[in-house]
Amino acid sequence: MRISLDWLRDWVDVGSDVAELAHALTMAGLEIEGVHRAGPELNGVVVGEVLAVEKHPNAEKLSICRVSDGREQLQIVCGAPNVRAGMKAPLAKIGAVLPNGVTIKQAKLRGVDSFGMLCSAKELALAEDANGLYELPATLTVGAPLSEALALNDTILEVNLTPNRGDCMSVLGLAREVAAIRRTPLRNPAQARVEAVIDETFPVRLEAPEACSKFVGRVIKGVTPDARSPFWMQERLRRAGIRPINAVVDVTNYVMLELGQPMHAYDLSSLRGAVVVRHARAGETLTLLDGRTVELTPDVLVIADEHTVLGMAGVMGGENSGIRATTTDVFLEVAYFDPDSIAGRGRRYGLITDASQRFERGVDPELQERASERATQLLIECAGGQPGPLHVVRHEVPVRDPIRLRHKRVQRVLGAAISADEVADCLRRLQIELREASSDGATAWLAVPPSWRFDLRIEEDLIEEVARLYGYDNIPETPAPTFEMVAPFTEARVSNERAADVLVDRGYQEAITYSFTDARAQEELCGDAGLALQNPISAELGAMRVSLWPGLIEALRQNQRRQQTRVRLFEIGRRYASEDGAETEVIAGLAAGPRMPEQWDVQEVMVDFFDVKADVEALLTLTGAKDEFRFVRAEHPALHPGQSARILRGDRPVGWLGALHPRHVQRLDLTYPAVLFELETASALAARVPAYAEISKYPAIRRDIAPIVDEDVASEAVMQVVRTSAGTLLKDLDILSVYSGPQIEKGKKSIALALVLQDTSRTLTDSEADAVVARILESLRRELNARIRE
Amino acid sequence: MTDTAADLSTLVAAACAEIAESQNVEQLEAIRVRLLGKKGEITARLKALGSMDPETRRVAGAKINEAKEKLQTAIEERRAQLEEELLARQLASETVDVTLPGRGQRIGGLHPVTRVRRRIEQIFKSAGFQIADGPEIEDDWHNFEALNIPANHPARAMHDTFYFPDGRLLRTHTSPVQVRVMERQKPPVRVIVPGRVYRCDSDMTHTPMFHQVEGLVVDEGISFANLKAILHSFMRALFEKDVKMRLRPSYFPFTEPSAEVDISCVSCGGSGCRVCKNTGWVEVAGCGVVHPNVLRAVGIDTERYTGYAFGMGIDRLTMLRYNVNDIRMYFENDLRFLRQFA
Repeated sequence: MRISLDWLRDWVDVGSDVAELAHALTMAGLEIEGVHRAGPELNGVVVGEVLAVEKHPNAEKLSICRVSDGREQLQIVCGAPNVRAGMKAPLAKIGAVLPNGVTIKQAKLRGVDSFGMLCSAKELALAEDANGLYELPATLTVGAPLSEALALNDTILEVNLTPNRGDCMSVLGLAREVAAIRRTPLRNPAQARVEAVIDETFPVRLEAPEACSKFVGRVIKGVTPDARSPFWMQERLRRAGIRPINAVVDVTNYVMLELGQPMHAYDLSSLRGAVVVRHARAGETLTLLDGRTVELTPDVLVIADEHTVLGMAGVMGGENSGIRATTTDVFLEVAYFDPDSIAGRGRRYGLITDASQRFERGVDPELQERASERATQLLIECAGGQPGPLHVVRHEVPVRDPIRLRHKRVQRVLGAAISADEVADCLRRLQIELREASSDGATAWLAVPPSWRFDLRIEEDLIEEVARLYGYDNIPETPAPTFEMVAPFTEARVSNERAADVLVDRGYQEAITYSFTDARAQEELCGDAGLALQNPISAELGAMRVSLWPGLIEALRQNQRRQQTRVRLFEIGRRYASEDGAETEVIAGLAAGPRMPEQWDVQEVMVDFFDVKADVEALLTLTGAKDEFRFVRAEHPALHPGQSARILRGDRPVGWLGALHPRHVQRLDLTYPAVLFELETASALAARVPAYAEISKYPAIRRDIAPIVDEDVASEAVMQVVRTSAGTLLKDLDILSVYSGPQIEKGKKSIALALVLQDTSRTLTDSEADAVVARILESLRRELNARIRE
Repeated sequence: MTDTAADLSTLVAAACAEIAESQNVEQLEAIRVRLLGKKGEITARLKALGSMDPETRRVAGAKINEAKEKLQTAIEERRAQLEEELLARQLASETVDVTLPGRGQRIGGLHPVTRVRRRIEQIFKSAGFQIADGPEIEDDWHNFEALNIPANHPARAMHDTFYFPDGRLLRTHTSPVQVRVMERQKPPVRVIVPGRVYRCDSDMTHTPMFHQVEGLVVDEGISFANLKAILHSFMRALFEKDVKMRLRPSYFPFTEPSAEVDISCVSCGGSGCRVCKNTGWVEVAGCGVVHPNVLRAVGIDTERYTGYAFGMGIDRLTMLRYNVNDIRMYFENDLRFLRQFA
């Protein structure tokens, strides 16, 4: 909210130091986001008076004007359509610098000399309106500097109000805060009653008393049609960011800004029967001031007459009943709406208006009479007219229950030794009524907040008010008593940090990608579009990811475009099941480009399945239970069918490893293919707490064997047969080489294995070792149809 | 005799010269064998002593032994010298350019947000906090209602919420985990909750996903003064600077009193710069005393227990810590950016 300091000064002594005032307000919870001049400096721009206008001989649209600057008469060529003799307008003299940086010089326009420039409001950065000269009030003194004449030396405060402080959305509201903070009285101008000149009223019926318990109506007849509001009022509206329209509308806006009471003016001639405040009927429609027709639901409160809906109560008026250029008779509505009956309704239709913002936060239920008097008074001043009597229709308006406030509780919650007198002083400054209600020697009060403070409902609300005025800065910093409780600290899970560190140490860079991704791209890559958001930022971020791969691959693609040939990325984050959004945390990664960074003495080799498998195995080794994991050939829509594996722990799938399918490599236009992995952290990183096993004192015997098996027999199967048939003496088993080629028959491969045999209780003999090997070979022959190379 | 003596000294002199001129250990060894080997010249002379009379033998023997020792010493010295030279040549040939880079894999790095998240976790762990967690796809109750934000509350306008068709939503803050923690754990509670949060907002200074860390302490006798103390000591620890801190009254539906937390600008020290928009202060957190309605919603006795809560943007703290000036860099995953934090 923007507020003029001059206007605020009408209501309270703001002191002489604006920076100090801004700081004090900020530290009291009314954040001042900006302090700026009401207008630009405008040196050399004065109030000019156009004395005569004649047509330019050589230009259709230009005029030659004689303009007084108060001392002399200047010839000025002007192109504005609204220039006319007798008007006052801003005159930029030679040498003046306009806010857009233009310096005014003597000029020749189509052969005629021009000694200065008459300006529009836009050229002076005073408004957006560029339609013609900025017509100044006739009352201004010719020759006076414009910034003085228009009081542009005013200061604008930009206040960032929190949603609980609807009471501060007015000059009056802020003035009350300033008064409380500065311990200075509020200059509360008495509001004179406007005597009725006519006795006409218009019938009002409140059919939803819980939503609208008070309605102050007033008829004002004989208003000058389409009158303009006075210049000072327009200027104050402009400074608050509201565009002046006509006297009636400007007055309602002015009073809203001043007192915080939104109001609405109707063309009396358009109202039929009576004004009715009620809930909308299902299917009822309303054409809004902005031209849209919306369908209303029964929880929307409306203002209607006997025939039609006139407006959405507390939000926006309708198109057909508002003030027109021809309006002479006005019906002024000043109502109190229950915040809960207004809250959220406007937003549902995309309407956040000055009125709805105030009503949904709460407008003082005791303000309506005063606001109506103020508006009537101003309207008559601006546009004449004959007021009817104030017509108040009301039911029970809300009354405030007293809140019990205990001094001890204040001290306990704040942790500050604030005295009872200080507590009472803070609250009284905010016009909270206090009644002493101590019991058992403990100081307490019954506090009744003023009618405009909707946010004060419970004891803690009052404690915050005390803290605010006492000053948050004055509350000490006291460490809480130490807390002796041991937290669980498990060894049964490899921490995400440890896993991340392993990957980092193996050359991976951590990435963080969005949790939502492009549904179509995901469908294409993972065969699953993912759970769609109802209101995504964009289609590219439209569905929850079912895997971290889409995000990582996109990051890979972008990096390759930035000429990064070697990319290794990983991420720890959640994926979301497309059926129900179930969240699973995973660690995923990819590697593409050369296996090693480009360097001297290392030959460039592209990363392949087994490079990344080693990284995955490093992670699995952290669990201390690497033997529980298996890699099983399986197909995944993202992966190369011949180079992809499901990772199992026991029989439970815990992840995937594989090369990106060449189709995707091509589709995504990747420079280098990638190898990908993804592991569920909970299952894949569950760890086994180490248990010591005795180290044998006896020597080990090594034997190498090289069974020849069919090409499609998995090495894992060979190892499995060796392990099962070897028995407990086998201590170590490694694959030395895998060969297929001219040395052996087609369709076969030879797998060379190194076996380490050892007993823990005695020295193994060669013949015992030979027996074990013979058993193994026999099993390989039987189970895998293996042949042994001589 | 004289002839023999002269003969010996000639032999020694010639041999010494030859030893000195030997070019390698092999040559030297050949010389040693020729002179001192079983069939060597000196050995032969020693053998010949046996046929001499005792007096002559004594004199000639001493001479020959003297010559033998002299030659042995000369050979050993020359051998040492040659070995030294050999080693020197070997070492010279093995010399590498130590300025060449090491060979092999290079280390990667953590994301800057992770670096700061880890620091935050470590600092709070050292103060006795535990780390808690909750779902990112939340229900309205935990994200709003239980936090004292009913359906039409104006504060909902501050949370541009992503919704799913079934009415669930992506959590807009880590605060729902406060509720979840208190649903399963009775006081004392002392947790922080780092995690991803989402708002339907994307421009120069907002990303639709970002990271927060929530703090919650509920116990007997917890006060606003305790909140001030933990936040200030945390800020000092995180930035390793004696930062100033101020709390400004603010509004969150789930705390009362509520505050925004400003620290003196870590970039300029408070004198005013681009980072703090020349105010000297940067806003880093929101906090407050837990609202009684929040405690009541999870069945905690508000007369006995009080608590405080705070929420901070990790991405924002990361910007301040590492001088990152564009929040959108975090999720572009540009390796040239990420590598700066390895």
